[in-house]
Amino acid sequence: MAERLQQHLPVGAMDTRASGWWAMIFTVFTEASLFVYLLFSYYYLAVQPHASGTFPEGGPPPIGIASLNTAILLLSSVAVGWAQLGIEHNKKWRLVIGLGIGALLGSIFLAIQWFEWGDRPFGLSSTPYSSLYFVITGFHMAHVVVGVLILLALTWWSKLGYFNSRRFAHIHIGALYWHFVDAVWIAVFFTFYITPLLGLKA
Amino acid sequence: MASTDYERRPTVDTETPDLAERLKRLWETAPGLYGWLATVDHKEIGLRYIITAFVFLILGGIEALVFRLQLSWSNLHILTPEQYDQLFTVHGMTMIFLYAGPVLSGFSNYLWPMLLGARDMALPRLNALSYWIYLFAGIVLYSGFAVGFGPNVGWFNYVPLAARAYNDGPNIDVYALGMVLLGISTTVGSINFIVTFLRMRCPGMSINRVPILVWGTVTASAANIFAIPAVSLAFLLLWMDRNVGTHFFDATAGGSAMLWQHLFWMFGHPWVYAIVLPAMGMVSDGLPVFCRRPLVGYSVVALATVATMVLGFGVWVHHMFATGLPGVSLSFFSAASIIIALPSAVGVFAWLATIWTGRPVFTTAFLFFASFILLFTIGGVSGYMTGSVPVDWQLTDTYFVVAHLHYVLIGINVFPVVGAAYFWFPKFFGRLMDERLGRWNFWTMFAGFNIGFFPMHISGLLGMPRRIYTYGDGMGWNWVNLITTIGSFLFAVGVLLFVWNVVKSLRNGAAAGENPWDAPTLEWATSSPPPPYNFAVIPTVASRHPLWEDRLGRADPQRSVVGHGLVLAQGREALGTTPLDAEPNVILKMPADTLVPVCLALAMTVLTGGLILVNWLVATLGIVLIAIAIGAWLWPSATLGETAEVSRDG
Repeated sequence: MAERLQQHLPVGAMDTRASGWWAMIFTVFTEASLFVYLLFSYYYLAVQPHASGTFPEGGPPPIGIASLNTAILLLSSVAVGWAQLGIEHNKKWRLVIGLGIGALLGSIFLAIQWFEWGDRPFGLSSTPYSSLYFVITGFHMAHVVVGVLILLALTWWSKLGYFNSRRFAHIHIGALYWHFVDAVWIAVFFTFYITPLLGLKA
Repeated sequence: MASTDYERRPTVDTETPDLAERLKRLWETAPGLYGWLATVDHKEIGLRYIITAFVFLILGGIEALVFRLQLSWSNLHILTPEQYDQLFTVHGMTMIFLYAGPVLSGFSNYLWPMLLGARDMALPRLNALSYWIYLFAGIVLYSGFAVGFGPNVGWFNYVPLAARAYNDGPNIDVYALGMVLLGISTTVGSINFIVTFLRMRCPGMSINRVPILVWGTVTASAANIFAIPAVSLAFLLLWMDRNVGTHFFDATAGGSAMLWQHLFWMFGHPWVYAIVLPAMGMVSDGLPVFCRRPLVGYSVVALATVATMVLGFGVWVHHMFATGLPGVSLSFFSAASIIIALPSAVGVFAWLATIWTGRPVFTTAFLFFASFILLFTIGGVSGYMTGSVPVDWQLTDTYFVVAHLHYVLIGINVFPVVGAAYFWFPKFFGRLMDERLGRWNFWTMFAGFNIGFFPMHISGLLGMPRRIYTYGDGMGWNWVNLITTIGSFLFAVGVLLFVWNVVKSLRNGAAAGENPWDAPTLEWATSSPPPPYNFAVIPTVASRHPLWEDRLGRADPQRSVVGHGLVLAQGREALGTTPLDAEPNVILKMPADTLVPVCLALAMTVLTGGLILVNWLVATLGIVLIAIAIGAWLWPSATLGETAEVSRDG
């Protein structure tokens, strides 16, 4: 019966058959759980009694720049997706440029977030809200930093010619992480910027 | 048709000594210190896991003996209250986090690729990383205790007692960050098991043919990746509350002490199942071998395993019945806790039916497996009792709960693990363990365990609270505690007999041969101990019991084949198969020995140390080292088939 197994098989880290791809899927699951527990902590503390105006501290945070930043982060995912499709068609330049743009937009997001942090009228240890704000957005920023480093490494490796239309598992694995980091921001953004407008506040 | 390096048509052949020799050169770990630090062989890593976990079991046991002496009669002062607090906390931490989980990871690490007909785990370097982090986290967790600052508020570490205001030393910081580090080990280990389950089963091993141990471990692993982040986060937030002034758990500043309990038990209860389901899997696979028949109800046992875990995510509040939660919440979680008895009972009846309808052979391993059924039932019934809210209100925080959790953890983890050691020892080392000494070992442990722990039900019903360092003479708890202490020492003698048997059998146990128990699964089709590559050619499987097919008289003309199959020997190679049907779909290039995992684990330990000392310089150094190690790990490698073939594509 073993003879029927004699067939052409791809060799090595090939597309979604690479072990690393599967490992990244479950890494994303566990990272997503981490954010679920972070946001659970937010909502759990949000519904406890608070003095008026302390949850969110100083009223709902301004939504304008955060919305712009959300758009920037989502655009970075588009750029990375464009790069991924490029290498599947063996277009190395598209890969390098797309990943580079993704890393650049990610860095802009980080810079804007940094200014947002400085703009807050409270510090880390003022109230439970302020602790939640800095820790949860901080967790997300740490993930963006890791994501940008991954994109930079992939850009460099792409420029060195490591990938082509057969070998691009690294790209898809790194990109999966990046798309996750972008997607989870939407949950964070909704929690911090939208739910107070919907009435979840003290 | 010429093949490129992107694809190949592997040959099918019969195992030859020449091929075996070639594979041995490819897969063997280098000798000496380098090989010891750099190995990625799942068998080496698995044994290390088991041995390290047993060292922790013995440490935790000694701690327990010391405080059992303190409790053996009223008004004793062998220990101070502070020493007592540290001892019982470190005992819990050791047994639950450093023994019970890792020992099962060890067995599964060693056995999985053998059971699945694979060359190694899917991610061998991650496997090495998982072990090293476990070892270093264990050392970190013990470092505080070693210098007199062990965790001292119980293994579930409730705030506000664990907050800075009431606990000013480094005790809790070491515990908190050590646990975060250990969580990384468990997480990457779990990811490795899941990917291995989905991708590394040999051709023909569809998911309805994998051994139950594999079901148990993959179910536990899936639970871990969802549950571990809760406790890691809780400990990290606590560390921040204690060191950088956040207010998550500080009720005086608007935080909530209950948030700690929720996050801890959202992890804690699934974890209980994570440290018993693989052990139940060991019994489901080992017990039938000694009953000379397949397990009764394979499919329902596999489904019950998964169902237990799913329900296990919905019962965490039963640890919090006495905290003043609303009645509707109590009702819901009480119902869920009681319903979970159903899938548990499926297992019990399946094992009983297997013995009943089989022809039992009373080996030591059988005795351990069979006694587990009894102990599990007792632990299950006491759990069922405390699942009921009014009963729990009477019994929570008494010795009744201590009795329950020890019947569960020792009954469902230690007894199956010792049975598994008797069962698989011949495969690990090529020698049988002494059966005569084994009987002494079993009966001493069994008697000691029940004499030690059964009376705790009674002291609990008499109202004795847990975690008190001594008690008054008039409470009427003297004799029951003395019996408990005597039992615990007898149990310790039983564990010593086990260690003695291991040492004795390693030296002069009888030679085992390939399959001393005449067992049905693939690990018994290799030599004992197995060669570094496990299988010279990839086996093909046609049933759940590849080595029993002739006698089971299957009508199906297809037979499992070991020793004739796909030859993968152009470098370290393994076969990747589809997740459900296990059809081959890729030839995987497997990594060679490397120092990167141990370096990465060290770098993570540096970061942990920096944060414990609140030294930002050391912490930053740790982060930089981590980045370098990960960069080295992930740099695309031509030998692993991760880069474009430059010579062909220009």
